[in-house]
Amino acid sequence: MIPPAFEYYAPHSVDEAVALLRRFNGEAKVLAGGHSLIPLMKLRLAEPAALIDINRIPNLSFIQEEGTHLRIGATTRTNDLLDSELLRRSYPILPDAAQEIADPLVRNLGTVGGNVCHGDPGNDLPACMLALGAELVTVGPKGSRTLPVSDFYKDTFVTALDPTELLVEVRVPKARARQGSAYQKIEKRVGDFAIAGAAANLLLDASGRVETAGIALTGVGPTAILASAASGALVGQSPDDQHLGHAATLAGTAADPNSDLRGPAEYKRAMASVLTRRALDRALARARGGG
Amino acid sequence: MAVSARPIAPAASLSTRSAPVVRIQVTVNGSPISAEVEPRTLLVHFLREVVGLTGTHIGCDTSHCGACTVHLDGKPVKSCTVLAVQANGRQVRTVEGLEVDGKLSAVQEAFVEAHGLQCGFCTPGMMMTATALLARNPNPTEPEVRDAIRGNLCRCTGYVNIVKAIQLAGKKMQANPTGPGGSP
Ligand SMILES: Cc1cc2nc3c(=O)[nH]c(=O)nc-3n(C[C@H](O)[C@H](O)[C@H](O)COP(=O)(O)OP(=O)(O)OC[C@H]3O[C@@H](n4cnc5c(N)ncnc54)[C@H](O)[C@@H]3O)c2cc1C
Ligand code: FES
Ligand code: FES
Repeated sequence: MIPPAFEYYAPHSVDEAVALLRRFNGEAKVLAGGHSLIPLMKLRLAEPAALIDINRIPNLSFIQEEGTHLRIGATTRTNDLLDSELLRRSYPILPDAAQEIADPLVRNLGTVGGNVCHGDPGNDLPACMLALGAELVTVGPKGSRTLPVSDFYKDTFVTALDPTELLVEVRVPKARARQGSAYQKIEKRVGDFAIAGAAANLLLDASGRVETAGIALTGVGPTAILASAASGALVGQSPDDQHLGHAATLAGTAADPNSDLRGPAEYKRAMASVLTRRALDRALARARGGG
Repeated sequence: MAVSARPIAPAASLSTRSAPVVRIQVTVNGSPISAEVEPRTLLVHFLREVVGLTGTHIGCDTSHCGACTVHLDGKPVKSCTVLAVQANGRQVRTVEGLEVDGKLSAVQEAFVEAHGLQCGFCTPGMMMTATALLARNPNPTEPEVRDAIRGNLCRCTGYVNIVKAIQLAGKKMQANPTGPGGSP
């Protein structure tokens, strides 16, 4: 299968890329790792007039803490999340998810920006970014803007990103002492998209109660789902069996799955709940200084 | 020496749109190859049809099987899901680049000795993934090998001998670190 014809541009700066996106006014697509876009183009599910390859723009691939945030550049590869000591230590939810994304070959090219922008409810990073309370920094013809990831996902493959905008980085609030995060996923076969996935992020106060919580789900609705009622029910509570169990039940209620080849809707809903509990347990152990 | 290759013939397409060809230069197994390609030409087709290296296989064409695995700047990738233009100015290594001066690499020798193949269709991709793994981790455990080959499907062997072959190759490379095919 060969994709339909398109014009190819490989700009060397963000401004040049945005100028090209503006010139094509919605008819061009950004090419990052290409591991979602090229398969869609082969199937003629996407037929952009032009591809704007952002891989040759310098300084778009990085993982670093700065001030109040962790910053991850748009073309950071999925495998870079797995290899980062900083992430393993302070943001373990991201290596957890990266380990479950596709396979090492796909992860050598697939990018964080592409995973976040694609808008497929099966992508694993959106739920992680929702649970972490991340923000997205974009650049478009009208300049730069920062938007919370909780406002980003509108529907399957529909996001708040304008087709003339480029995502340049993802910003995550800097991890604190007594914070822990984890991601759990089940798949039908190795390397597949999730039947269901759950992301959990917990911050404990000095007395060991939950100060803030973030819970989000993969693959059980038209987009990644922020389970606000579930996380809200934990805030101010002791993270004991009863409260964690209740939050997991509420997360199952937030799921809105369809029956498909990956399983019946009721099964996926039940798994959203089970995986939320597992992710919470793991996040809690990490917040308490364990693995 | 720069080799000039013929442009790839445009494939039949449902789309009537056409786009200008692009001149690219890719270093394949150490030799610079210069060619004109359509932007939509996939790296695997460039390697097989323009450069003439047919060791890189096309199994699924849907980014799943890993038969098309090559190294792009040292990292194993699925060449059916990379555009040839993306490789412009970069280094590509294919299975043909494992052997040096007629001597098989440690990974190739080990696949023969440990019977790491049956039909052989997955083998080029499997060996490219194995070569990259061993460059990072010369002494992988069985779970590490199995994790590394998650993206390479084999429909014949059941993987047992592939895992053994990769571990054997690691031992061979440690015994003879200057042998061919060591680094990606
Ligand atoms: C076999 C296989 C299995 C997979 N399994 C999983 C899995 O289990 N979990 C998972 O999460 N993913 C999975 N994926 C998807 C993979 O992780 C993709 O790499 C990822 O979804 C998209 O990242 P990319 O960099 O390849 O983006 P591309 O394919 O290049 O782009 C995807 C979309 O995002 C847009 N885009 C990309 N970057 C930007 C940017 N910076 N600004 C604006 N728009 C942008 C593109 O225009 C395009 O519309 C799988 C892929 C394959 C081939
Ligand atoms: S042919 Fe490329 S992954 Fe199967
Ligand atoms: S040996 Fe036949 S597919 Fe692997």
